[in-house]
Amino acid sequence: MLSADNSLDPLLKRPFSLFRWLDKDIQILYRVVGKLTNILKDKKPDDILEIIGPLGNGFPVIKGKARPILIGGGIGSAPLFSLAETIKHKKPIFFIGAKTKKEILYTYALKSIGINPIISTDDGTLGQKGVITNVLREFLTHHSSPITDYCIYACGPRPMLKELTLLSEKFNLKGYIALEENMACGVGACLSCVVNTKNGFKRVCKEGPVFPIEEIVW
Amino acid sequence: MNLSVNLGKLKLKNPVMTASGTFGYGAEYSEFVNLNNLGAVVVKGLSLNPMAGNPPPRIYETPCGMLNSIGLQNIGVEAFIKEKLPYLKQFDTKIIVNFFGDSIKEYVKTAERLSSVNGIHALEMNISCPNKQAGWSIFGTDPKVTFKVVSAVRKITDLTLIVKLSPNVTDIALMAKVAEDAGADAVSVINTLTGMAINAKTRQPRLANIIGGLSGPAIKPIALRMVWECHKAVRIPIIGMGGIISAEDAIEFLIAGSSAVAIGTANFVNPKAAQDIIDGMKLFMIEEHISNVKELIGRLKC
Repeated sequence: MLSADNSLDPLLKRPFSLFRWLDKDIQILYRVVGKLTNILKDKKPDDILEIIGPLGNGFPVIKGKARPILIGGGIGSAPLFSLAETIKHKKPIFFIGAKTKKEILYTYALKSIGINPIISTDDGTLGQKGVITNVLREFLTHHSSPITDYCIYACGPRPMLKELTLLSEKFNLKGYIALEENMACGVGACLSCVVNTKNGFKRVCKEGPVFPIEEIVW
Repeated sequence: MNLSVNLGKLKLKNPVMTASGTFGYGAEYSEFVNLNNLGAVVVKGLSLNPMAGNPPPRIYETPCGMLNSIGLQNIGVEAFIKEKLPYLKQFDTKIIVNFFGDSIKEYVKTAERLSSVNGIHALEMNISCPNKQAGWSIFGTDPKVTFKVVSAVRKITDLTLIVKLSPNVTDIALMAKVAEDAGADAVSVINTLTGMAINAKTRQPRLANIIGGLSGPAIKPIALRMVWECHKAVRIPIIGMGGIISAEDAIEFLIAGSSAVAIGTANFVNPKAAQDIIDGMKLFMIEEHISNVKELIGRLKC
């Protein structure tokens, strides 16, 4: 949870995922969309931000032979980079989708760790034209068999994650998705950020933000 | 320096409490605030049976405030007594349990159960949640029903009884008087104001519940006015709340007539808000040469 100053508007801290966690720094990847990110973009080195964190869970690195498939949609790609770095020895397949070329993030960084992402944009300005879940469906149709085993890790807009849930059922894949909800406290007190799961409402800030894909009820 | 205040027979070490629904069951904030330092901890509203609450999205931020429609999600009285109360009892603070019911009978039953265990110092009756179905609101908006439900709970508990008033009424001072006449030891002023937000592009409400309760600094002037009106109308102590973010805000509420204050939305903005406000209050008293916080209560000069 991050705030840029003591202003009353925006009032609440905003939840951000960690892009990278280095020795002395943490990096956050954000898109300028609202009041807080507009303040953030004008910050200069050595300016002070207030952060509570890290909060909640992260993507679990599962044991076994399953090949990871990472799917990032728009700014939702942010939390997947660290994961890709951690599990690069498992040769993850990385799908990145966005509305347009400008919103396809950090492909250069992925290439530097030896991952060549599969890209799609809604307007066709980079990679294949269309939504990334269509590209993934195509891929799974050709590359999925009883002997191949994949594990999905994804973060992105709601329609993408919903579609992924259907795909994971169809192709019988396990996986994890990171969710976003409006949040007030970030520490499990206010019960604002709940999502509906097969076991009732769960808090994105505390039990999440990462949930097993089959657990979410859309 | 004397910071202690009284709510009826209940003595608080200082006037700063947490507002129900914004501080969980206490443990959630114990990493940030030493609960021993608080005047009181007011826990999330409890019902006889656990409740799932409303579907998401449950909150939406508005200028200097937020709308919520959590819908009283809670673990229920029994789970609270078993799982949460033992933890809270370790601390040297007053534990105030907020509760509600769907009928007078249920209010009474819940209050009875809570009064039967050790470690709870006061009950705060929620008769004013904006997130219940239409019909429920009569507990906090129809003076006759308010009188009936508060009297019924008063009869069965010896604990300090606080009634949390709704601001969604024509005359809150009248409602405070009704609570006093029905035997309340104190009133909490105010709960959230009902509000709404719409996404113009999709024409959909921002909250799944359509309406929610507005809190935060945006409502402070209204809350102050209501505290002031209640202060003139009743003799029982008032717990002032509504948009308190700083020590100065809290002191304004004391001056308007509150004997104590509750910190709500500010906990979300700054998890150490309650502690910061206590510290700020002390500093204010030093600077203004005030030795007893009671010298501030209801001392509006006009």
